[in-house]
Amino acid sequence: MVDVASETPVRRISNAYQNWYRFSRNPTAVIGALIVTLVVLAAILAPWITPYPEHVGAVVNFRARHLPPSAEYWFGTDNVGRDIFTRVIFGLRISLLLALVVLGTAVPIGTMLGLLAGYFGGWVEIVIMRLTDIALAIPPLVMALAVTAVLSPDLVNSMLAIAALWWTWHTRLIYSITRQLRTQEFVEAAETLGASKFHILFREILPNCVSALSVKTSLDAGFVILVGASLSFLGLGIQPPTPDLGTMVASGSAFLPDYWWESVLPGCAILVVALGFNLLGDGLRDLFDVEDVR
Amino acid sequence: MSEALLSVRDLSVEFVTYGQTNKVLRGVSLDVPAHSQVALVGESGSGKSVTMKAIMGLLRSPPARITGGQLLYDGRDLQTLPHRERLKLRGTSMSMVFQDPMSSLNPVFTIGDQMGTILKYADRRLGRVRSGRERQARVQEVLSQVRMREPERVARSYPIMLSGGMRQRVLIAMALLSEPRLLIADEPGTALDVTTQAQILKLLKDLVEARGLALMMITHNLGVVRETSSYVYVMNKGVVVEHGPTAELFAAPRDAYTQALIAAVPRLTGGTRFGRREAIP
Amino acid sequence: MEFLLFLVRRILWSLLVLVGLSMVIFAIARVVPGDPARMALGPTATQEQVSDLREKLGLNRPIVEQYGLFVAGLARGDLGRSLLTERPVNDDIRSTFAATFELVLVTITIAFLLGVPLGVAAARWKDRWPDNLVRILAIFCAVTPSFFLALLLQILAGYVLHILPTTGRMPHNIDFVADITGLMTVDGLLKGRLDVLGEAFRYLLLPSLALAAATMGQIARITRSSMIDVASQDYIEASRAFGVPEPVRVFKYMLRPSFVPPLTILGLEFASLIGNAFVVELVFAWPGMAAYGIRTILQKDLNAVMGVVMVSGVFFVLVNLVIDVLVGFVDPRIRIRGAR
Repeated sequence: MVDVASETPVRRISNAYQNWYRFSRNPTAVIGALIVTLVVLAAILAPWITPYPEHVGAVVNFRARHLPPSAEYWFGTDNVGRDIFTRVIFGLRISLLLALVVLGTAVPIGTMLGLLAGYFGGWVEIVIMRLTDIALAIPPLVMALAVTAVLSPDLVNSMLAIAALWWTWHTRLIYSITRQLRTQEFVEAAETLGASKFHILFREILPNCVSALSVKTSLDAGFVILVGASLSFLGLGIQPPTPDLGTMVASGSAFLPDYWWESVLPGCAILVVALGFNLLGDGLRDLFDVEDVR
Repeated sequence: MSEALLSVRDLSVEFVTYGQTNKVLRGVSLDVPAHSQVALVGESGSGKSVTMKAIMGLLRSPPARITGGQLLYDGRDLQTLPHRERLKLRGTSMSMVFQDPMSSLNPVFTIGDQMGTILKYADRRLGRVRSGRERQARVQEVLSQVRMREPERVARSYPIMLSGGMRQRVLIAMALLSEPRLLIADEPGTALDVTTQAQILKLLKDLVEARGLALMMITHNLGVVRETSSYVYVMNKGVVVEHGPTAELFAAPRDAYTQALIAAVPRLTGGTRFGRREAIP
Repeated sequence: MEFLLFLVRRILWSLLVLVGLSMVIFAIARVVPGDPARMALGPTATQEQVSDLREKLGLNRPIVEQYGLFVAGLARGDLGRSLLTERPVNDDIRSTFAATFELVLVTITIAFLLGVPLGVAAARWKDRWPDNLVRILAIFCAVTPSFFLALLLQILAGYVLHILPTTGRMPHNIDFVADITGLMTVDGLLKGRLDVLGEAFRYLLLPSLALAAATMGQIARITRSSMIDVASQDYIEASRAFGVPEPVRVFKYMLRPSFVPPLTILGLEFASLIGNAFVVELVFAWPGMAAYGIRTILQKDLNAVMGVVMVSGVFFVLVNLVIDVLVGFVDPRIRIRGAR
């Protein structure tokens, strides 16, 4: 179960400097934050920092195909002679976009449902928590496969399919926090003072979920990117020639082991992005002292 | 006082945490003669638990470090004793009654299993041979000695199935398994309600007297001290501030801290666990 | 007794989850835009062919009735007919599910056999090098995409070490049909074919390792934190004071109460494990449900897709029921109080 017992409502006003100090002393968090920042910057600045931005499209350059990593082509070239480094950097954009859209939908919805279920209890709780049980039983990847099969294999459909299941984790998290907070004195005090339900949910309870939520969201960003990469590895993500890391691993794997860089290096890129979000989440967990959020 | 079963001589212990050294015991000396009941009383943080752990050899180092003094048990220096020999004493000749009946029993094993395991390894250390069946017979024997009405059923039970008072009696039974000579009791029953605690203390006292055990009662509760002990050591901030026969010390406390402790006991009935007796001067 | 009630309640909830699942799947298959019959037949089919198929699939009836038929079929264990293979989806899934089941079973075993000792070691030497090593390992296991790990293992075995097979489930020259349980290992053992048993494990090793990594990392992490939590409990200190030796304390008194959280995690993460199985099966050409699922998905074979998703969901629910029983077995508090 995702229980968050250690998150206390006491430390609501935190000293920004103190937090920064503790953060900077936590190697996991710093490395994670560094990787995430670099990845995001690289993705945004891709057209300006990559050596061959034109290789993003359906460029063919047979004279330069299957070249190993060199000073000219850092990550080598693929089977039609495109620079893999360039395509990896551009591929980050898709991964990050996926994480952004999926979590941008799933987190607010999941949080809202978790708040409602945890605070109101009764049939609201039963309906919402049973829904999460159902959503939990479907593998996101399988769901995405099914949805993209029925609709068409493209990025938007995959994102919708993943988001349609991902909220359940946030609901469970916020639900368990809210349930604990509901009986806490500051909530009961607000209730006694006649505060509105809206005020209690969003002003009293929600702020106390923020740290757990940020840990969870950071960890999840990594996992969403992994699921997205798996989808495109299966050929159900964004369609070529737009560069996508999972797709690159899949198409490069046809040329293993001789041209290993064509699949291994994009694979490493996925790993590094996921690693960054994971370390950041891990570091935030230590920082906020929310032991049980996974 | 060399005939004392347990003798602590000038014991000093410090804790090193985050590079800071904290002297928690500063030259503690006390004696527990055989067949006698001694209390060690003090507030939390006074060092009584550390003293107890040092005697039992339960201090973890780091962070704890014994920096001076002697621990003599039955004339032998515990600190210079080979590790193996010391392990032979722990849980057998000197045994402990734990404080919290709710948390001191493993929730996922039956009482019989836990007691049998303790007995098994005690036997092994002492070179005794006993079959599993014989061990369970001994377990039930001890359980009935702590006045359990259905020892077989208790042995088959998981802790969650027993009441707090029953669990506390199981903890006493555990300590008695290997016929110890010294029993160290760490505030037994404080987690229980008043009536049950009184019963537990009565049981403990009866057992100790009937078997002629030495008892070292560690507590913050002066009522418990009166009830169970004939001699008392008062600890504060890592030193023994005063000691003497219980009656004398209560009648005429010399140390200011002891006086404060005694004064802090509510005088009216109902306010303290043994309030009625204290209400009559 | 309470535990029995608890289980009955869990089973009823599980049934409810399955009903919900069937609705979700049905909704995906029928409510989404597009004509399933047209999708199945492709753009070249005539209007007549399409309406024939619509009739055959019952697509012209009211939506509620269609759902009723679908559920009635599910209740009988009938998933309809595959538009692709023209065979009952049941048969297709039955013949592929055993391979997936075997893979998942071995995966879970590996994840526990490696993850729990790693977690125990990390907890025992907390903040020392074994702990840091396990932590790093767990993070890398969690962030390496399964398909990538599968590829890496394949490169290692296929091109560098040459010890283990990299595709398939059984060598072609072995003549063996797993027709008792469908599991190569079990059937090999039952029929006394030790060669089959050995080969089965050789073929299982790489795919299950690739699949186990993520779960193993999680289990190691959770085991570590729950061991550390248990280690600080009074009853562990008590057993130390009674002279119970350390190995017994760690492996009996600490491990057993620490076992519930990893089991619970396994239950929660099981869905993503099935998802990853799809990718891993594809890389290792494992003849499981995933290959079938992906093929039918690409062919827009709706009945088969619904069947695959439904079976995945049922698998998840059943595994979680088994975990409930195991948790009750490990922890008498749950068995007696009947709650979790």
